[in-house]
Amino acid sequence: MPMLPDSRGRFGSYGGRYVPETLMPALLELEEEYAKAKRDRRFQTDLAYYLKQYVGRPTSLYRADRLTKKLGGAKIYLKREDLCHTGAHKINNAIGQVLLALRMKKGRIIAETGAGQHGVATATAAAMFGLQCEIYMGTEDMQRQALNVFRMRLLGATVTGVDAGSRTLKDAISEAMRDWTTNVRTTHYVLGSVLGAHPYPMMIRDFQAIIGREARKQILSAEKRLPDYLVACVGGGSNSIGLFHAFLRDPKVKMIGVEAGGLGIESGKHAARFSGGKPGVLQGTMTYLLQDENGQINLTHSVSAGLDYAAVGPEHSLYHDQGRIEYTYATDSEALTAFDLLAHEEGIVPALESAHAIAQVVKLAPKLKKSQLIIANLSGRGDKDVQQVARMRGVSL
Amino acid sequence: MNGRLETTFEGLRKKRQKALITYLMAGDPGLAETEQLVLALEQAGADIIELGVPFSDPIADGPVIQQAAERALRNGTSLRQILASVTSLRQRTNIPIILMLYYNSIHAMGCEEFCNAAKAAGVDGLIVPDMPPDEAGPLKVPADAVGLSLIFLLAPTSTTDRRKLVARESHGFVYYVSLTGITGAKINNVEDIQNNIGKLRKVSAAPVAVGFGVATPEDAAQVSKMADGVIVGSAIVKRIASHQQDPAMIGHVAEFVRSLKAAMAPI
Repeated sequence: MPMLPDSRGRFGSYGGRYVPETLMPALLELEEEYAKAKRDRRFQTDLAYYLKQYVGRPTSLYRADRLTKKLGGAKIYLKREDLCHTGAHKINNAIGQVLLALRMKKGRIIAETGAGQHGVATATAAAMFGLQCEIYMGTEDMQRQALNVFRMRLLGATVTGVDAGSRTLKDAISEAMRDWTTNVRTTHYVLGSVLGAHPYPMMIRDFQAIIGREARKQILSAEKRLPDYLVACVGGGSNSIGLFHAFLRDPKVKMIGVEAGGLGIESGKHAARFSGGKPGVLQGTMTYLLQDENGQINLTHSVSAGLDYAAVGPEHSLYHDQGRIEYTYATDSEALTAFDLLAHEEGIVPALESAHAIAQVVKLAPKLKKSQLIIANLSGRGDKDVQQVARMRGVSL
Repeated sequence: MNGRLETTFEGLRKKRQKALITYLMAGDPGLAETEQLVLALEQAGADIIELGVPFSDPIADGPVIQQAAERALRNGTSLRQILASVTSLRQRTNIPIILMLYYNSIHAMGCEEFCNAAKAAGVDGLIVPDMPPDEAGPLKVPADAVGLSLIFLLAPTSTTDRRKLVARESHGFVYYVSLTGITGAKINNVEDIQNNIGKLRKVSAAPVAVGFGVATPEDAAQVSKMADGVIVGSAIVKRIASHQQDPAMIGHVAEFVRSLKAAMAPI
């Protein structure tokens, strides 16, 4: 398997750098600086230190016995990214990029956020390193994730609402790109998923690949063999590529990415790019998009803000076309059922995003033999979603 | 290539004049008005028309043009309809027309089909703000084949290498972005613009037009002293926005364009 992406940031025909010229020098600088940092022992030592002592890595690989028994099939393991500091895998990337920003002597950090987890992670890393931080968030998302908005402000970040388009993640990214275009000389843009222009999809994948490296070691130690299936939810696709990457060269390990099925594909209200999309260019990269016949980007819907986005990371598009990873979806109601199930059976309240992965495990595990192994990525915890779920059920808190 | 763009710049140069390039969002408030605006702006002194194709996620544009795109999309404006409008305009005017559009609009139609259709309609050039020369390959071949000028953007942040690349790949003219920012921001550093145009002239013989942030006759006067062309977008779109239902809208906009042209007096 060749090294991906190639020097032009391409994963096959996907990826690339579709940005205004103003940003090109910054992307080239970032690519160069990241390449240096990758080889720099000092940078790697610092990163490893913060991931261990601050984030709390390695996260555990937990054998979910009661869930396994309940579903009556394959043995289920959960990779507990929900146990990371700030409650999700997003911090792995935020720490890496903020360390890079320090190397590049950029004193200001900006980021977009959907569910708020990446915003919280970035605000956290910025606070810890003493950098100025501004987070862009769609006003629709600010409403459904009010708790995270407050958390970001507690951490000293400025949260700026974006009241354009669908008022969700996509619009927050556009606004962050506009800010970056304006302040590129002093500002580093901490993109939160394997999206955007090269080198972001590669760099963020590298920062998240620690999830899979740990999981591979942990399952080999616990079971003396590789898993049969990996399951993870796919919004932009950073937690999934993070888990999958270390197993891509193990042909027997099957991988399933779970997109947001929203109210169902037929309803048109979903974010399942591989079920309803086709290739195009959005926000810097060529990838599968939900778009109309004129190339206008469709509005998306998901109960989970973190999966509610019209594009998917370009590396996923390649693996989709190659058939290396299977992509499916879980609907809002399937995710909510899985949310309850995990809380009841395992005492873990998952993020609504991660609940989509659990929903797929619910479908998959009973069809497999008891001797087979599944690792599901529990990418984040559900504290942020408790208020929203209560509201949906008519419970006032 | 000796198309309308080249002829226009050459004719102006002989008269020691600079090109006034005016931007309109096609379909705002409607395509019929856009067609009338093109003709009225030409009468008012515009030398080149830049037609924006509305896109749902315009990352290079500020709120003024973003909202104009939203209005145009709500009217159901599509790229094919815009090309039909250009075809119809070509019965009435010979003014150079450039489309400014995001790459996904082209990709959705297919690069080759798009270039053929744009050329057949009478489009002269293309500005694709999210497509740097590095990614232009698939569009360059069919655009060159039919003689559509690809106009690339140069930014204040561009390095020497990128300046050379943009100069080499641009046809018709080079679009110098006056500021690090999005359309409709305020022009800030005139010395910086002068400096960068000077550096560009060393590697390129093509005309240079300056856009992003040119909002007033004073800005136009200042920029026309340094560049071969002055691009005004948001300031025009803003006037269209505030006179959406006003029958005198076209007159207001034409008046503003006349004041821009008057400020760009021959040297």
